[in-house]
Amino acid sequence: MSITVADVEHVARLARLELGADEKKLFAGQMDAILGYVEKLKELNTDGVRPTSHAIPVENAFREDLVCPSIGVDKALDNAPLKSGTYFSVPKVIE
Amino acid sequence: MNIIDMTISGLHAALKSKQLSSVEATKAMLERIETVEPQVGSFITVTADHALECAATADLRIASGRMDMLTGIPLAVKDIFLTEGIRTTCGSRILENFIPPYSATSYQNLRDSGAVLLGKLNQDEFAMGSSNESSAFGVCRNPWDTTRIPGGSSGGSAAAIAARQAIATLGTDTGGSIRQPASHCGCVGLKPTYGRVSRYGVIAYASSLDQVGPLTRDVTDNAIMLSALAGYDPKDSTSVDEPVPDYVSELAGGIKGLKIGLPKEYFIAGLDPDVQKTMDAVIETYRRLGAEFVEISLPHTDYAVATYYLIATAEASSNLARYDGVRFGHRAKEAAGLLDMYTKSRSEGFGAEVKRRIMLGTYALSSGYYDAYYVKAQKARTLIMNDFIKAFESVDVMLTPVAPTPAFKIGEKVNDPLQMYLSDIFTIPVNLAGTCAMSLPAGFSADGLPIGVQLIGKPFGEEVILRAGYAFEQATEWHKATAAL
Amino acid sequence: MKYQPVIGLEVHVQLLTDTKIFCGCSTKFGSEPNSQTCPVCLGLPGALPVLNKKVVEFAIKAGLSTNCSITPRSIFARKNYFYPDLPKGYQISQFEEPICQHGWLDIQLDGQEGKRIGITRIHMEEDAGKLVHGDLTGLDDNSGVDLNRACTPLLEVVSEPDLRSSDEAVSYLKQLHQIVTWLGLCDGNMEEGSFRCDANVSVMPVGSDTFGTRAEIKNVNSFKFVKQAIEYEIQRQIDLIEDGGTVVQETRLFDPNSGRTRSMRSKEEAHDYRYFPDPDLVPLVICDEWVERSRTELPELPEQCRKRFVSQLGLTEYDAEVLTANRPLAEFFEAGVAAHGNAKAVANWTMGEITRSLNDSGTSIRECPVTPQLLAELLKLIDEGTISGKIAKTVFDEMWRSGKAPQLIVEEQGLVQVSDGGAIESIIDEIMAANAGQVEEYRGGKEKVFGFFVGQVMKVSKGKANPAVVNELLLKKLKG
Repeated sequence: MSITVADVEHVARLARLELGADEKKLFAGQMDAILGYVEKLKELNTDGVRPTSHAIPVENAFREDLVCPSIGVDKALDNAPLKSGTYFSVPKVIE
Repeated sequence: MNIIDMTISGLHAALKSKQLSSVEATKAMLERIETVEPQVGSFITVTADHALECAATADLRIASGRMDMLTGIPLAVKDIFLTEGIRTTCGSRILENFIPPYSATSYQNLRDSGAVLLGKLNQDEFAMGSSNESSAFGVCRNPWDTTRIPGGSSGGSAAAIAARQAIATLGTDTGGSIRQPASHCGCVGLKPTYGRVSRYGVIAYASSLDQVGPLTRDVTDNAIMLSALAGYDPKDSTSVDEPVPDYVSELAGGIKGLKIGLPKEYFIAGLDPDVQKTMDAVIETYRRLGAEFVEISLPHTDYAVATYYLIATAEASSNLARYDGVRFGHRAKEAAGLLDMYTKSRSEGFGAEVKRRIMLGTYALSSGYYDAYYVKAQKARTLIMNDFIKAFESVDVMLTPVAPTPAFKIGEKVNDPLQMYLSDIFTIPVNLAGTCAMSLPAGFSADGLPIGVQLIGKPFGEEVILRAGYAFEQATEWHKATAAL
Repeated sequence: MKYQPVIGLEVHVQLLTDTKIFCGCSTKFGSEPNSQTCPVCLGLPGALPVLNKKVVEFAIKAGLSTNCSITPRSIFARKNYFYPDLPKGYQISQFEEPICQHGWLDIQLDGQEGKRIGITRIHMEEDAGKLVHGDLTGLDDNSGVDLNRACTPLLEVVSEPDLRSSDEAVSYLKQLHQIVTWLGLCDGNMEEGSFRCDANVSVMPVGSDTFGTRAEIKNVNSFKFVKQAIEYEIQRQIDLIEDGGTVVQETRLFDPNSGRTRSMRSKEEAHDYRYFPDPDLVPLVICDEWVERSRTELPELPEQCRKRFVSQLGLTEYDAEVLTANRPLAEFFEAGVAAHGNAKAVANWTMGEITRSLNDSGTSIRECPVTPQLLAELLKLIDEGTISGKIAKTVFDEMWRSGKAPQLIVEEQGLVQVSDGGAIESIIDEIMAANAGQVEEYRGGKEKVFGFFVGQVMKVSKGKANPAVVNELLLKKLKG
């Protein structure tokens, strides 16, 4: 296992993070150490073992199809960094 | 007795008998906060005016005879709980100005029973940390030794109790974030079974591991708090519709014949001698109280940290995608286009530890690595869970250390994340198994630092560990010690 | 070289639930931007999804109607990507273990044998919000985000790449459209995006069994455009290959104005959606009893209905097809048959006057002022000879306008048919006397004049004279 700066850059792009040159190097080293440690899971024989997503077995949590009041435009937009009318405003999206 | 030293049960009695009003109690707590806050840093936001309003309302409620156990009790909650109209930061710059339009179910339950909110407590950013050092709002210090960390991520929740700035507090625990700071600060901290308390309105770190729980001065208070918090919430699909016992009345009854398991993997060479000594003394006390000890094995313990850091970071990388500067939170001022807005906002808003975990989690889920990391970790989680199921066939509870060492020095581990992660080895397996556990004050190190022990219960067996904790507390004085601040 | 197109369709079906898939906000269309939002569909910190049970019921029905098996234990997954219309930074969808799998639909093209088209899977997911640009918002350099649609329930129906022409694709799509609207799962409005289609298109040399590289065409929102887009894309790929180029795997956008597809400039990187099970949602377990209960709740499907109309009611294939175009129409027809009995007559009137009037007034069949019962009463008046078929049309128009019963209209307006020979005879006599010239012409062999006399009789009788009686008497009298 060896995490390169290029790996770090790829992952940062996926995660929408921007890292400085020093940070990239630092993260590459730290991720390398952590992922190196995590390699120990390979020792485990997990053939036929079901993966666990929930430790406590719960299934079929539903709600009925009944309308609940919305929170209202004002509350919805209250924390918006930028809005226009009742829209959230973002830098132009080009399709 | 000083108001600030009171327990919930003590203050409740005083309020009920009208010896004190909630406003008086609240004022006393606010004064205490003001006095010691510069040394401790437990709070991110103190809500003094709101607290006094709550207290006045509580006094009216008391006068009208509609009093609950928590009516008029001044509490504080970790800044991870959404509080409608009150800033909620989760310890992060990215939410520095976020005023939530709704409240977390757990916090709302406390408010509904008349509790007074003193403020929002310091924490590691997005609950990612074991030392409270990743908070964007300043370090929080251990009231027993202000050169040391209070633990994390619910560092403020534990420190505020030790510093007597709140009667009780609310924290969250994903890999030990209630139990470890409770241990380091000498208070009682309980992580309930996954699904026991609603997660609705609690800012998510790792959804399959996060759980809300109380930190208190003693076990009775913890039972009172848990009674107010526990229960099914239709807004949280993972909350469980199990009957809620009366935790307070279940406390007495003793522990004669209680089978306590000692998992051999937790008593490793290299355990801090003070921690080892504390464990030995606790075992001795329990033996005297009539408990039986059984050596058990949790064979996959050694894989827990690796498993945890894959699952938790993977979930976190996705949970934290919503902080994109569009609808709330920090947005970078100077951005050339949408992509730049995203990356700049997130990079400016998140601290280093959060970025590190997002990166790790993104990597673990990314194409080509998913099976080797994430799925493998989920399978390892199954093995770890099975360890617990098997062990609980022969014991009622387990007794283990909470942390390998007492509170370490501020700055000691910041540059070595892996070492920091490894210090959670005794608390993490419980989250992976989804069961409940409690940290109980049980002694002090040679340096005078509190040391806690962990009681682990079966799923939905909170009343059993509370009873075991209560019995221990009745036989010892550790919980009565106060930090000389 | 000859090329064989290979087409697979991914159809997004917006479900007709009252509320969103994971929260209680209304799904009503056309409200003020962001007025139908809550912490869950805004993706606020701490908010958690809870599954709308009706979405599951709809998905099961869609699955059973397309011959799918229902997955006993299905799970939701997060599809992670950043986009301003996606509030959480991930879409809750299903990846492994979708709710329905391994189905099929049979299509039938004119003059060809029937063909079975495989359905790989149907899964549930949430829709994204809406982005608006430019003038709509008053945002000069910015885009606006409206999250009213975010978290609206969708079914994604993914076909196998079994389709081999644009006609097959359209036929499959129409049948799927008919099923989901028939079941009331979707309003089927393609323009508003309630039923939208992405097409995966590739070509390979005829005889090859290796598929070519496919392009995914997005945004085809009518049957006509689906045909156009697929045909354009097939030709584009063939031309490209013939010119020595290679098809690249990409997403292309159909432009209805030009009829072309164009590349959506591939983003700065390939997508890596990092699917994983959503820890906020628990497994969905559907037991056999639930599936069977849904099966019994299913109405007769259009295909079965069509076949029954032919075999039991004696309709032509064509009439049966028209009358099963949608469920309310078929139900109207059946109610009419139940009230009247003559299926052919009810069919003719339903396809004729009723459909015409509905179209002219823009009314839906559910709001048709002439109910099947009233239509049956009208037909009975014709059967009994009370009114003529011609007068019936006048009565129908009045029924449409006023909603009155046909019997009442006939009485009020004195429209009862005159079949009394004496009365008609005297009218004929009068007319013959006044038009002696024409009588001569007829008798001189110009039989076309007969029509003139019929017209005159009907005019004088205000259309009420029984045409059969008129014919008979006129013939007798004119022949002298």
